[in-house]
Amino acid sequence: MAVTQATTHATLPRRLAATPVAGPLVALLLACLFFGVNSGQFFTGPNFSLIIQQVMVVGTLAIGQTLIILTAGIDLACGAIMAFGGIVMTKLAVDTGLPPVLALAAGLAVCAGFGLVNGLLVTRISLPPFIVTLGMLNVVFALTHIYSDEQTVTELPALLTVLGQTFQVGQTNVTYGSLLTILLFVLFAYLLGSTAWGRHVYALGNSPEVARLTGIRTGRLTVGVYTVAGLVYGIAALLLVSRTGVGDPQAGQTDNLDSITAVVLGGTSLFGGRGLVLGTLVGALIVGVFRNGLQLMGVPSIYQTLITGILVILAVTVDQLSRRRNR
Amino acid sequence: MNAKLPAGILVTVLLVAGCGGGGGGGTQSASATKVGLITKTETNPFFVKMKEGAQKAAQAGGLELMSAAGKFDGDNASQITAIENMVAAGVKGILITPSDTKAIVPAIKKARDAGVLVIALDTPTEPQDATDALFATDNFKAGELIGQYAKAAMAGEPAKIATLDLAPGITVGQLRHDGFLKGFGVQEGDPSIVCSQDTRGDQAKGQTAMENCLQKAPDINLVYTINEPAALGAHTALKAKGRDKDVLVVSVDGGCTGTKAVQSGQIAATSQQYPLKMAEEGVKAVATFAKSGQKASGYTDTGVTLITDKAVTGVDAEDTAFGLANCWG
Repeated sequence: MAVTQATTHATLPRRLAATPVAGPLVALLLACLFFGVNSGQFFTGPNFSLIIQQVMVVGTLAIGQTLIILTAGIDLACGAIMAFGGIVMTKLAVDTGLPPVLALAAGLAVCAGFGLVNGLLVTRISLPPFIVTLGMLNVVFALTHIYSDEQTVTELPALLTVLGQTFQVGQTNVTYGSLLTILLFVLFAYLLGSTAWGRHVYALGNSPEVARLTGIRTGRLTVGVYTVAGLVYGIAALLLVSRTGVGDPQAGQTDNLDSITAVVLGGTSLFGGRGLVLGTLVGALIVGVFRNGLQLMGVPSIYQTLITGILVILAVTVDQLSRRRNR
Repeated sequence: MNAKLPAGILVTVLLVAGCGGGGGGGTQSASATKVGLITKTETNPFFVKMKEGAQKAAQAGGLELMSAAGKFDGDNASQITAIENMVAAGVKGILITPSDTKAIVPAIKKARDAGVLVIALDTPTEPQDATDALFATDNFKAGELIGQYAKAAMAGEPAKIATLDLAPGITVGQLRHDGFLKGFGVQEGDPSIVCSQDTRGDQAKGQTAMENCLQKAPDINLVYTINEPAALGAHTALKAKGRDKDVLVVSVDGGCTGTKAVQSGQIAATSQQYPLKMAEEGVKAVATFAKSGQKASGYTDTGVTLITDKAVTGVDAEDTAFGLANCWG
């Protein structure tokens, strides 16, 4: 085990150096500068608070997505799992009449459960993550609509919307949800960067075979990663519910891919083993800043989609080029 | 690491290019009153026409139009984001076709609390008074008109009805369906209604639904459809069975493609609605609010006209020449 630690430690500086998080950060700052110059309403506290509120759901999903992508996996069902979690917690609380705290726990557990199932299918039956989660996307989407009976759940108990409440920082109202999202990013940055578990995740993504030979129980680790990701989707579900104030069976449909967009824009490699969760935060913010800034400038929303697409291709190109250079 | 800096610069270039190219957002004058338009999607011709109407009215009134849309029908999150961003941009009023009539309500409330006039176009929120006003087609009446038309056109022949509906729990679909039944003079559950299927207003799903209905009841002779894409899907299915000449298909919408299908006889009659007018009236209401502080309220019917080339006595209708002159899409 000591040997393992030493080996992974030795690669750590190289790994950081090879992480293209600087590019996304520069892009984010330039975007902010651009919109600041072009719109008088951009550089205000309330507007930044708004942007964080608007990216917190996808950003949180993208934390789970980052974990999975670091293991060289992918999750196409994260948004669907979140939507199901949101319906479970709201419907149990409102329609079934369960105490809100139990309904919330059930929603989180269901999301973690789907993550666990994904992880088991990937490891025990050795199915490709792409296929497992593609199937799961349809399964969970259907379950959401069957269970919700296509009905939006309203009149939620206070516990489920408390993260939408605000506190004041100077003149700016910040939601508790925004704060929680930032804390989650910090927590996972710590877990990935400074714990043995985090090093094992990187090692697994770099080379599962080498990771196995160094004594990491890769199967168990993978199942753990998918389960933790599922739990994070559950937290995203709570953020979503508290942001919109309803349980919405239609939610999350674009978030499956949007979360991958955030991860990729943040400089994490889709081939696994390279990337930082804080880069994902930057990636999510880039999308949010563009959407908000273009809207403030009066540019139709379809251009935001266009630019996001171009940025994704650019980000992957940068990843490829830096890979080639490292070789 | 230096390799990433050029990438950043490239991004900025793209940014500038992207925004320069996307200058369709209207004139950038700081003083002009801003009005926001949020539609369900950006691609549906109905909403394209709506945006056109809003743009025209905004230009005429010296307002600046901002627009946004969901990525798919039902995309509540994008609509919430658009409302927030528009309020941050300082709009006086927001015109919205809510994708999720209930889920959008809290976000609309926040906008109204911030002093923004919010008007629903085409689709009411639940509850309807969550917005200041509603400018929309009377969907019940739209259904009733084609129901009355069908009754007269069938001329006493016993009806075997298929209804190709929207989707469960969506008010617009329910209103048109109920209106049709009332116009035709039957109750829900009447034995003459032999098949009811959801199509989500989609042509391919409409075709599948009609195929299944014909499988179930081959003697169907009257088809009510939620909109013209569903009607055209039904027509394809009927044609495959050689039934397209002797089955009466009626619909709602009045899109240009649909109106042409009325002209060519694929659809017997349709109730035409006017999205351009909804948006124009909406923009005017925001302009009035900006000038005098007077808020629009209640429900404004933007009108519906029966379009057919085979008029029947007792039901007012216009021909397809009128329909094509006034169609959308």
